Amino acid sequence: MQARKDGLAMPVAIQAEPVVPKRETGVSRWLRHVRHVLTSNPVTLLAFVLLTVILSAAILGPALVPYDPLQTNASQQMKPPSWAHWFGTDQLGRDVFSRVVVAARLDLIISVAAVALSFVFGSALGAVSGYFGGWCDKLVGRLCDTIMAFPLFVLAMGIVAALGNTVDNIIYATAIINLPFYVRMARAEVNVRRNAGFVQAARLSGNSDWRILALHIFPNALPPMMVQISLNMGWAILNAAGLSFIGLGVRPPTPEWGIMVAEGANYIVSGEWWLAVFPGLALMLAVFTFNLLGDGLRDIVDPQRRT
Amino acid sequence: MTALPLLHVSDLTVEFQTRNGTVTAVSSVDLTVAKGETVGIVGESGSGKSVTSYAVMRILDRAGRIADGTVTFSGIELHNADDEVMREIRGREISMIFQNPRAALNPIRRVGEQIEDVLRQHAQATSRNAREKAIDLLRLVRINDPEARYLAFPFELSGGMCQRIIIAIALACRPRLLIADEPTTGLDVTTQKAVMDLVVELTRAREMSTVLITHDLGLAAQYCDRIVVMEKGRVVETAPARRIFRAPEHPYTQRLMSATPRPGITLRDLLPNRPEAAAPPPKWQRSPDATEKPILSVVDLVKEYPRAGAKARGAESAGAFRAVDGISFDILPGESVGLVGESGCGKSTTSAMVMRLLDPTSGTIRFEDRDIGAIPAKNFARDPARSRLQMVFQDSTDSLNPRFTAFRAIADPLYRIGGVTREAQARAQVERLADQVVLPHDLLDRFPHQLSGGQKARVGIARAIALEPALLVLDEPTAALDVSVQAIVLNLLADLKAELGMSYLFVSHDLNVVRLLCDRVIVMQAGRIVEQASAEEIMTSPRDAYTRELLAAVPRPPV
Repeated sequence: MQARKDGLAMPVAIQAEPVVPKRETGVSRWLRHVRHVLTSNPVTLLAFVLLTVILSAAILGPALVPYDPLQTNASQQMKPPSWAHWFGTDQLGRDVFSRVVVAARLDLIISVAAVALSFVFGSALGAVSGYFGGWCDKLVGRLCDTIMAFPLFVLAMGIVAALGNTVDNIIYATAIINLPFYVRMARAEVNVRRNAGFVQAARLSGNSDWRILALHIFPNALPPMMVQISLNMGWAILNAAGLSFIGLGVRPPTPEWGIMVAEGANYIVSGEWWLAVFPGLALMLAVFTFNLLGDGLRDIVDPQRRT
Repeated sequence: MTALPLLHVSDLTVEFQTRNGTVTAVSSVDLTVAKGETVGIVGESGSGKSVTSYAVMRILDRAGRIADGTVTFSGIELHNADDEVMREIRGREISMIFQNPRAALNPIRRVGEQIEDVLRQHAQATSRNAREKAIDLLRLVRINDPEARYLAFPFELSGGMCQRIIIAIALACRPRLLIADEPTTGLDVTTQKAVMDLVVELTRAREMSTVLITHDLGLAAQYCDRIVVMEKGRVVETAPARRIFRAPEHPYTQRLMSATPRPGITLRDLLPNRPEAAAPPPKWQRSPDATEKPILSVVDLVKEYPRAGAKARGAESAGAFRAVDGISFDILPGESVGLVGESGCGKSTTSAMVMRLLDPTSGTIRFEDRDIGAIPAKNFARDPARSRLQMVFQDSTDSLNPRFTAFRAIADPLYRIGGVTREAQARAQVERLADQVVLPHDLLDRFPHQLSGGQKARVGIARAIALEPALLVLDEPTAALDVSVQAIVLNLLADLKAELGMSYLFVSHDLNVVRLLCDRVIVMQAGRIVEQASAEEIMTSPRDAYTRELLAAVPRPPV
């Protein structure tokens, strides 16, 4: 019995008793939990609403937009925002609103793919080195130190410049520079649980080391990783846009927020602010959304938050 | 007792705001502490005893608030005092010691400096004489060589020493009231005795009042003048310590009393209502049969750890630390053997080696006629003997995967080793196991944090017996449980043993508990076995001096 904890945890113990033990299916219980997380925290709710907006722009965008994002129109150059063109038009007469909406898909693909890659490889490497230790841990640790030793954006620039200017290479570069964060986090989370009681119990139940790592320890390391994933999504979008901005990423005329900001920046001085501001706002909104999302995602994957 | 009590708590109600609405943790509690009096607050987890003391100190966490009632300390109203007043009172007038002294000390500062901090904060010392006063305080709490210990960091001191430092800090400003919240839980019995004797002696000498919060009725009865028994946020009984043991009035006190393991009773006496009274309990006590072949036979078992820094100093001669130093013992089929000792004596290391979670340095472990000690621990998961050797862990919370439901936890060994492949088959077996450990079926779909301590212990036991092992190692399975739950779990373990014919190796620090469940007791000290005899013999006529010391340290209520 732990007195200090006791006093604080006690109200929970009291409330747990009268809960009616109703048999529920896993899915309905999970949905109820998601609903609780969303309604208990308005910020999380806002984040999920914004995420829905961004996702629908990415999925349905090309079908919804009023103009073809690549269609130039010589008679409509540099028009300020109006009812016909909500975000105005650019130097070639393309509709900025359509381009901003359509660009969501490419930016999301780049960031989701990059984060997914670094999460899968980073957490696998980190989990293995945290669980087994020894030479494997040392090797992975030094690899991360090497990556971290470079200014990360410069490293990404170098990778893209060396491999070539394609969407695939932007994804790889972004994934590589994010890798150490996942490795270190997974290593730390797995390491503290390596000798936990439930791991010993799993050994007694006849689980092999790999099974223990994959099914017993790793799922418990997920909640803090979710926060990292969400923050990283924001960074990855910024990173991809940054590479495009300096000309090392997606090439025109493909609509992408980074290039649009880069192209629009030339015209800010002459007063055509809408070219850079709207893609910039879209970028900001996306990063903001992912930053807000982290806590909510963690609460959803953490069973301890359920009652 | 003087006319005006030092501390007067009247009609105190504390509420917590939680996700599921307001929870009343303490309701209408009345409590008085006279000058120089030692009052014990006794109750099980969730009884509100700690919350009451937090409310007095006004250190409730943000969700909690004093909803009603008054707290008066020598004429000052604490329940609505502002923070400035409270800061002056905390430490100088009322001080507090907590459980887990190591957590209460700053790990990166020398203990002497931490004592000085408190002295200076309350203007009890100047920078010139602070060191001197701190060393005086260390001497007061009987720390040997106080000048050297002044410079020690908390990690260099044992748990008992850290608690002494905390006591020194608590007494630094000569407060009038000391609140001790489970000050010795987690310490060894001999350390507990030393710490409690010190607290009582020092507070008596200074005519201080003490509030001792504990779950241990025996401890409270030994050291307190008056005892307040709390249940579910209410005070159910207040009486002088002697009377509460002789004639407990409230049914809850009676239940608590009967569930406390003590000399001269049987396992069944722990339960509040004994339906078994009619049917005599099954016979667990077995006469040793010399011809019988032991199921487990440990010979000259040694576990060495390299000494910290030995490698760095480049001196191999620095040698190794022997956690287990050549021990030998047998366990017969169906026998239950207790392994008793204080923390660091090697009992957990021994059980981990027998369980094949840890490789021994040397020695043999023969189990069912095979030397399983030679099989590396990491390959043992695939060994046929794995299912025959299972374990119930000390901390039932830590030993359950937080992401696995109770069902999945119990079913895991069935799937992995038991050859069960279909969900329906597993369901049926798990439900049968749940019945055996008296766990309601609807709890099987809950996660560990949705279960109470006793329920988690049952899940752990169900998982351990799922493969019908021949030998079950019980590593302090009830150490984290309330006495009433402990009583039920101990009885459950005894019933399961009678039903399934397992052997038990029961690892514990509590001789009173071990005696109830075990036929034979092994006492360990510093990696060696100092005494090995039948349970009754150990309790009534211990031969070794260390065993006698252990027995003497167990709190003895004034009966």
